[in-house]
Amino acid sequence: MKITRRILNVSALVLALGIGVSTVHAADDVKIGVLFPLSGNSANAGKSAVAAIEIAADIINNPQPGFETLPLGAGKGLLNLGGAKIKLVIADHQGNPSEGQAQGLRLITQEKVTGIVGAYQSAVALTATAIAERYGVPFIVGDGVAANITERGFKWTFRTTPIASDFANLYMEYIGELKKAGHPASNIAIVYENTDYGTSVSSTIRSIAQKAGLNIIADIAYNANGADVSAQVLQLKDKKPDAIIFISYTSDAILYMKTLKSLDYMPPLVIGDNSGFSDSAFIKAVYPLAQGAMNRSAWSTGPKDSVTWRINELFKAKTGQDMDDTSGRDMQAFFVLADAINRAGSTKPEAIQAALKQTDLKPEQLMMGYKGVKFDDKGQNILAAAYLIQLTGDRYYAVYPEKAAEKPLVYPFKGWK
Amino acid sequence: MVLVQVIVAGLLIGSVYALFSSGLTLVWGMMNVINFAHGEFVMLGMYVAFWAFTLLNFGVASFGLAAAILLFVLGVLVYFCLIKHVMRGPMLAQILSTFGLVLVLRYSAFWAFGSNFVGLPENILGPSLNVGGILLSAPKLVAGVAALVITIGMHLLLTRTMLGSRILAVAENRNAAMLMGIKPDRMQAIAWGLSGASAGIAGALIATFFPISATVGESLGLIAFVVVTFGGFGSVPGAMVAGLIIGLIESLSAFYFGPIYQDVFVYALFVLVLWIRPRGLMGKA
Repeated sequence: MKITRRILNVSALVLALGIGVSTVHAADDVKIGVLFPLSGNSANAGKSAVAAIEIAADIINNPQPGFETLPLGAGKGLLNLGGAKIKLVIADHQGNPSEGQAQGLRLITQEKVTGIVGAYQSAVALTATAIAERYGVPFIVGDGVAANITERGFKWTFRTTPIASDFANLYMEYIGELKKAGHPASNIAIVYENTDYGTSVSSTIRSIAQKAGLNIIADIAYNANGADVSAQVLQLKDKKPDAIIFISYTSDAILYMKTLKSLDYMPPLVIGDNSGFSDSAFIKAVYPLAQGAMNRSAWSTGPKDSVTWRINELFKAKTGQDMDDTSGRDMQAFFVLADAINRAGSTKPEAIQAALKQTDLKPEQLMMGYKGVKFDDKGQNILAAAYLIQLTGDRYYAVYPEKAAEKPLVYPFKGWK
Repeated sequence: MVLVQVIVAGLLIGSVYALFSSGLTLVWGMMNVINFAHGEFVMLGMYVAFWAFTLLNFGVASFGLAAAILLFVLGVLVYFCLIKHVMRGPMLAQILSTFGLVLVLRYSAFWAFGSNFVGLPENILGPSLNVGGILLSAPKLVAGVAALVITIGMHLLLTRTMLGSRILAVAENRNAAMLMGIKPDRMQAIAWGLSGASAGIAGALIATFFPISATVGESLGLIAFVVVTFGGFGSVPGAMVAGLIIGLIESLSAFYFGPIYQDVFVYALFVLVLWIRPRGLMGKA
C-alpha cells in the first residue's frame, strides 16, 4: 500500500511538473470562434466557409512555402505572442438568428474565444454581433452585406466585405466606361426579386445610378417563386434598355435566361448581382444561353503559383470544389482578425480592438481583390471592392478592372449566339 | 404587336396551369378529397423525367410516359395506403393526411435529390416557333397541346365510357354504386391513379422549361387549387378555361402594372367569381 501510494505521489508530481513545464515553454493557443450555418438550407455555404478558414488557420500555424506575402503567411503562428498557434472553435447557428445569439454567447462565455468570425446570413450577423458588443469581444463580419450591420455604431463589430454600395459603384463605373467608349449606356433596367435582398440592393443601385446620371427606364420587382417571367421579359424587350441589372435567386435567374431566348430578346448588357447568377446550378443549367453575362466577385483564382492559386489548390484538395467568392471573403476576414491579434501582441480584447482600428492592409497582402482593408468609425472596410466577372464557356473569368483581368472583356452580351 | 405577344405568352402559361390542374379536378372535384400533395406529384413527375433523361437517355415522349406510369402507381398506392383509411375518419383527418403527405414527399425529395436545382437541356423540344412575328415557346406549346388532349380525353372518359360512369357513380353515392355491383375501392384507386398520371405528364413537360427542385410543388400546387376552384369543382373543361383565364390575367397585369401586382388581379377576379357564382365557372350546382 505504502509503496503504491508513494508511486502515485511521485507520478502526480511528475505530471504536475510536466504540465507546468509545457505551459512555460509553448505559448497558449489562441482560440477563435467560427460561427456559420452548418445545418439547414445554407449548410453548403457554411461548410465551405469553415473549410476556407481551416485552411487559413493551417497557413498561419504551419510553415508551407508560397504564402509569405500574406501577413503571418510564414506559418510560424502568432509571432508577437511567442508563436502561439490559432485554435478554431467551430459553432453551428443553423441559419437561425436566435441560435446565432446563443452560440455567440457560448463561444464567448464558455469557450472564452478571443474573437469571432461569421456568420453568412446578415440576419444572424445582426444578432450575434449584438452579443459580442455586450461582452466586448471583437466580431469580424466576413460576408453579410445588410447595411445596418455596421450602421448601429457598434464598437466591436468590423466588416471586411464589400457591401451593396460598393457593388453598385462598380456597375456604374463599368457602364460609365462603356459610355466613354461610345456605346449606348444611358438607359438601364433594374429587375429584382421583392424580398429583403432584392429590394435593399436595388434601392442602393437605383440611387447610385441616378447620381451617375443614368435613366432607369424599367424598374421591375417580381416574386422569385413565380412560374413565368414572360411578361417581364416582354416589358424589357419593349423598352430596350442599354443594360439590365438582375438581382435574382437561382430558379428565377435560370428562367430569365431561358425566356430571353424563347422570346428572342438579346439585351446589349446583362449584369447579374451574384446570388442566382453565381449558383453552380445556374451555370450548369443555362451557360450556353448566357454567354457574356456579367457578375461580381472579389475572388479570382489568378495565375499559376500565385497565392490565390495555391489557396484554390488547397481548397480543392479539401472540398473537391473550386474556391467561391463567399468562402474567400470569410477567409479574408479571418486573416484580418489574426493579423490584428498578432499586432496587439496580446489576447486582451481592448488591445485587439485598438489593433483592428489601426488595420491598414495593402492589396498585395490580401487574398481577395479588395483595394485594402481599413475600417471607418463604424467598422466598415472602406477599401472593400470587387471585380466584374464574365461568363465565358462554363465558368466566370475576372474581366474588370483591367489590372485584375484574366480574360479580355467581351461586349455586348452574346447570350446563345 | 407586343400586346399580341403578351396575350400569347399568357395563354401559353395558362395552358400549362390547366395541364397540371386537370388531375386535381378529378380527385378534388369528383371524389371530394382535397389532395394537398398534388403539387408534390407534379414535382416527382419532374424528377422522373429528369432521371429518365439523364440516366437512361429517354426521349421526351418516353420520359413523359415513364412519369405517367410511375405517378399512376404512386396515386394508386396513396389511395390504398392512406386515403382509403382516412376516408373513414373525420373530414379533418382527410385534410391533414394529405398535408402530411406533402411534407413526407417534399422532404424525402430533399433527402434523396438534394437541395440543388437541376434541369433538362434548354433546347430539348427545339427553338421557339415564329408565327408571323409572334414567338411561341416550344415546351409551352407542347404542354398546351398535351393539356388539351388530356382535358378532352378525361372529359370523354368520364362522360362516354363505362369506367367513367362507374367513377362518377362512386363519387355521387358510394353505397348506391356498391348495390349496383361497382367496386368502389377499385374505382377510387383508378381515379387517384389517373390523377397521378396526369400530374406526372404535367411534371415531365414542365421540367422541359422550368428548373427542378424539391420545393417546386409549393408554388405549382397553389395555382392548381385556384384553377380548380375557379373552373368549378368536378368540371374538367372548367379547369382548362380557368387555367387560360388566369394565365392571361397574370400576363396582362404583369406587363402593364408589374409582376408583383399580378396576384392582386388574379385573386380579385377569383373572389369576385366565387361571390357571384360559388360553384365556379362551369361547376354543377
